[in-house]
Amino acid sequence: MSLDVVLSVHDLTIAFQRRTVIRGLSFKVFAGDTLAVIGPNGSGKTVLLKALLKIIPYRGEIIWKSGVRLGYVPQKVSADRQMPLLVRDLLEAQAQFLKLPNSQVRTVCKDVGITPELMNAGIGVISGGQFQKLLIASALLGDPQILLFDEPTASLDELEEERVYELLERLRRQRALTLLLVSHDLTLVHHAATSVLCLSTAAGPCFGTPDKILTPEVLATAFGASEQLYRHHHQFGEETQS
Amino acid sequence: MSHTQDIYAILLTLGFATAAGLVGSFALMKRMVLAGDVISHVALPGIGVALLFHFNPLLGGAISLLLGTLLIAQLQQRTGLATDAMIGVVFAGSLALGAAITPQEDLEGALFGSFAQLSSFGFIVGLIAVLFIIGFIFHSKDQLVLGLFSSELAAANGVPLDSLNLQFLLIFSLTVLIGLKFMGALLAGALIMLPAAIGRRLSSDLKGFLLISSMSSVFAVGMGLLLCAYFGPHIALGPATTLVAAVLFGLALLRRVD
Repeated sequence: MSLDVVLSVHDLTIAFQRRTVIRGLSFKVFAGDTLAVIGPNGSGKTVLLKALLKIIPYRGEIIWKSGVRLGYVPQKVSADRQMPLLVRDLLEAQAQFLKLPNSQVRTVCKDVGITPELMNAGIGVISGGQFQKLLIASALLGDPQILLFDEPTASLDELEEERVYELLERLRRQRALTLLLVSHDLTLVHHAATSVLCLSTAAGPCFGTPDKILTPEVLATAFGASEQLYRHHHQFGEETQS
Repeated sequence: MSHTQDIYAILLTLGFATAAGLVGSFALMKRMVLAGDVISHVALPGIGVALLFHFNPLLGGAISLLLGTLLIAQLQQRTGLATDAMIGVVFAGSLALGAAITPQEDLEGALFGSFAQLSSFGFIVGLIAVLFIIGFIFHSKDQLVLGLFSSELAAANGVPLDSLNLQFLLIFSLTVLIGLKFMGALLAGALIMLPAAIGRRLSSDLKGFLLISSMSSVFAVGMGLLLCAYFGPHIALGPATTLVAAVLFGLALLRRVD
């Protein structure tokens, strides 16, 4: 593996019982890249991240550069928000399990903007944006070089969305992170991504720079010509022309 | 009647209460507190057979529990009915079978628990089991918390979830099995459920939850022992302890939650 390649995926196939979600996928990610994974619902974006984390079975090769640490921000958590858990309880439990000093919890919280008041808040009473901060802080424990982020702004309002984008960009620069983002937000993808992997059951996967992948033709083939997509295109086209 | 053997039994009962409070806290967060009732009922036929043939009731209970679990899995496979329906069938059937085969003079003790003196050997075995349960909870609490919060996040951090869940289930069953002796088959699950519900009501963080659950469990058992001492044969340890815990829960409801 070349020095700069942090992830090499070759001939990856992921199947559940009789349904093949991803077939024969190959791509590489370089250090410092921001790879956006896009595709219609059910195309296997979240499944791909889980396979990259090696928490679900797959066939083919997934080779991470030796010694890299991964951080993961899931799209949803199964947590019962009524559990008597403080933000602090969760982060400290993770630090204890990973055998990290508590000072790292403080550093990560400072970087992410988790205040002492938020640390002592219950996970059931914090806002969507604060919850996303908690998930990002959790992913950053252990000083990962690569962050896998599933739908960073799903279920957030616009203001919270904007804050999460800013936070993500600041963290990427501060910590020299390589990012793998699953996103439906083509504006975010266009602004943030250095490469794009488009998963599509209809047209098969395609991989390349945003300029090559984020074209109306490629997107229409991948997503199907839905009204919603045209609306996306329209907004996206306006922004890219400005 | 040996004074030392009484002390052994009191110490072990209180140790069990601590363990039940801790296990119950995580069982409540995992939404499986009612499994304690199922486990204790399924153990009853084994206790009955053990009492009938004069061997250790806990051993009989453990064997019965193992067979009951296999039976539930088999019936579910063959009938295609949902797990809860199968658990319901085995649950009711076990209770009926257990009540039918347990000798009449031992039935009340088997159903509602009793305070019996303990030999040094019994005390040491029981103490090891209780310390093992408490040690497991403290050793695994960080992993359990991560798994409860998000199974994916836990797996991504390297928590061996399948093995952890199995270990917790075994620890849970062991706690219920020990509880059978003091609380009886009908109420062994109560000491898993009630103190945890009290702890949940009165706490907002994990440390407070574990502390209040285990303390209220110890208090309920301690008061239960006192009630048994005063009212003698009129009340068994299981109902006495459960009543105290239920009153504590009622008092906990008086706390206003914002």
